[in-house]
Amino acid sequence: MIRLDSLTKVFDTPKGAVVAADHIDMEVPEGEICVLLGPSGCGKTTTLKMINRIVKPTSGKVFINGDDTTGLDTQTLRRNIGYVIQQIGLFPNMTIEENITIVPKLLGWDKAKYKARAREMMAMIALEPDAFLKRFPSELSGGQQQRIGVARALAADPPVMLMDEPFGAIDPINRAVIQDEFLKMQQALNKTIMFVSHDIDEAIKMGDRVAVFREGKLVQYSTPDDLLAAPKNAFVESFLGEDRALKRLNLVKVREIVTDEIGTVTPSDTLETALAKIDNYGYQNAILMVNDRKQPAGIVSRSVARTTKGYCRDHFQTVPAVVGLDDDLRKAASLMFAHDQTWLPCVNDEGTVCGQITQRAMTSHLGARYRARQGDDRTPSPAIKE
Amino acid sequence: MEILLYALDSAGLLLSRTLEHIALVGVAVGIATLTGVPIGIAITKNERLAQGVLYLASIIVTIPSIALFGIMIPVLSLIGHGIGYVPAVIAVLLYSQLPIIRNTYTAINNVNPALREAARGIGMSPNQRLRLVEIPLAIPVIMAGVRTAVVLNIGVMAIAAYIGAGGLGTFISRGISQSDPRQLIVGAIAVSVLAIIVDYSLLYVQKRLTPKGMSRQAAAT
Repeated sequence: MIRLDSLTKVFDTPKGAVVAADHIDMEVPEGEICVLLGPSGCGKTTTLKMINRIVKPTSGKVFINGDDTTGLDTQTLRRNIGYVIQQIGLFPNMTIEENITIVPKLLGWDKAKYKARAREMMAMIALEPDAFLKRFPSELSGGQQQRIGVARALAADPPVMLMDEPFGAIDPINRAVIQDEFLKMQQALNKTIMFVSHDIDEAIKMGDRVAVFREGKLVQYSTPDDLLAAPKNAFVESFLGEDRALKRLNLVKVREIVTDEIGTVTPSDTLETALAKIDNYGYQNAILMVNDRKQPAGIVSRSVARTTKGYCRDHFQTVPAVVGLDDDLRKAASLMFAHDQTWLPCVNDEGTVCGQITQRAMTSHLGARYRARQGDDRTPSPAIKE
Repeated sequence: MEILLYALDSAGLLLSRTLEHIALVGVAVGIATLTGVPIGIAITKNERLAQGVLYLASIIVTIPSIALFGIMIPVLSLIGHGIGYVPAVIAVLLYSQLPIIRNTYTAINNVNPALREAARGIGMSPNQRLRLVEIPLAIPVIMAGVRTAVVLNIGVMAIAAYIGAGGLGTFISRGISQSDPRQLIVGAIAVSVLAIIVDYSLLYVQKRLTPKGMSRQAAAT
């Protein structure tokens, strides 16, 4: 757990005092990733760096796991906090092994223990120990170097990690890979992490919570979904972007809004039955046909059912797309747009049909939070009044 | 031909003078490294002090060597070493300060700020940062300064023959006083050749001392 209590930094510049961080109060619960987000110069990095005293706080306190760190010796404090920076900062004069084991060495571990730890860390970041440990940082790619940077920060198993735009200097493709790897590692490690980013998409992806900063002040601190659904003010709203509702698609799983009610036909049903079912369920243009194992086999369109006689097995089209329960809405929406569909059948892990997801359900889910917020306001905004 | 014959005739003397020369420069630059590197590191902590020290070291280098020897004669006479070995070593020691201090200062100051921050952030004490990160990274540039000092002072030391310090300068000073071009030329060539050989040897030492992972960057300096 990291708790900041009225943490403040005032820089004295020739033009007068500049408040870089203004009475920041926040708490990151144990095992969560908190992303500090904001434009440059908003105080997010200053706030992060005050935790390990790279920047000395003007006033305020930092608590780690409930203990006030004010009285702690700076070096001891830092050795117990993992620190990853954007420029990576591997020491070029040391091998990968020496880089990874530097904090354990500073902490006085014995040789056998830190050597074993280096191999363990390499396994964790999925790099072959024998191939890499004896090499030097200059021989590695940027992505590999940053993995080593993360391994170095984690080597002494600190409870808390600070990450200053750790993946900012890595190309977009590798960045996504490293982000995913890191999230997977975090599931096992359960570190309490503060993570600085200026990228809203990264914040939503990585953060259990997001703290938005502006001009040295903490403007909003909430879960990514809350942030996107209910930005506190115009600044947050504009920072999140006008497509913020779309960004929420990433956060919601199909499982959350699937309706298990879905009308289906079987290949042996007549088209007449199909038409009746289409009308019964109120479907506009088609109905799903499933095989005897309840797997999607095709769709029967309303126009065919109305104009033709016969059995479904002879008059179906292929299923354009299906989504799984653990896919996110972004994928579902993308498939709907790509195939010009207003609904998609959902399948579970065994591939059997378990419901459907409609565009209507998606928009109403995303809109629910927005409507709730409008309802909270005592005076509706002029746009709504009209 | 005459010159070559002379050189062969006096090969033994040439060798002993060369060794003498190397010993003089070696001792002087050795001491200069032991003083210059710590000074260079110390002044990185204080910008104004750094400017002052570097300014002073620059002024010393502008003093012509022959004048410096002249100045030292009365002063060192007080302890009975007005001429000979001691003033020669002191002069070279002083001339070596500028390249060594300046290169050390620049090298330590130019250590990538990201590495500095990483070193602080993982909890190294100032001494550990110096020992484990800053000095190893600065070594190629510090060694380049030492090399400059050595090459520069192999020339300066030739003049020290005038105050009886010995070395290869003896051939030159005798060549002039005896109007003997053979000695003059043999001495001059020997000094140049020595400077070149020593420079390359030190370049080799510099490469050996450069941390392995940095050898690519070291090639640039």
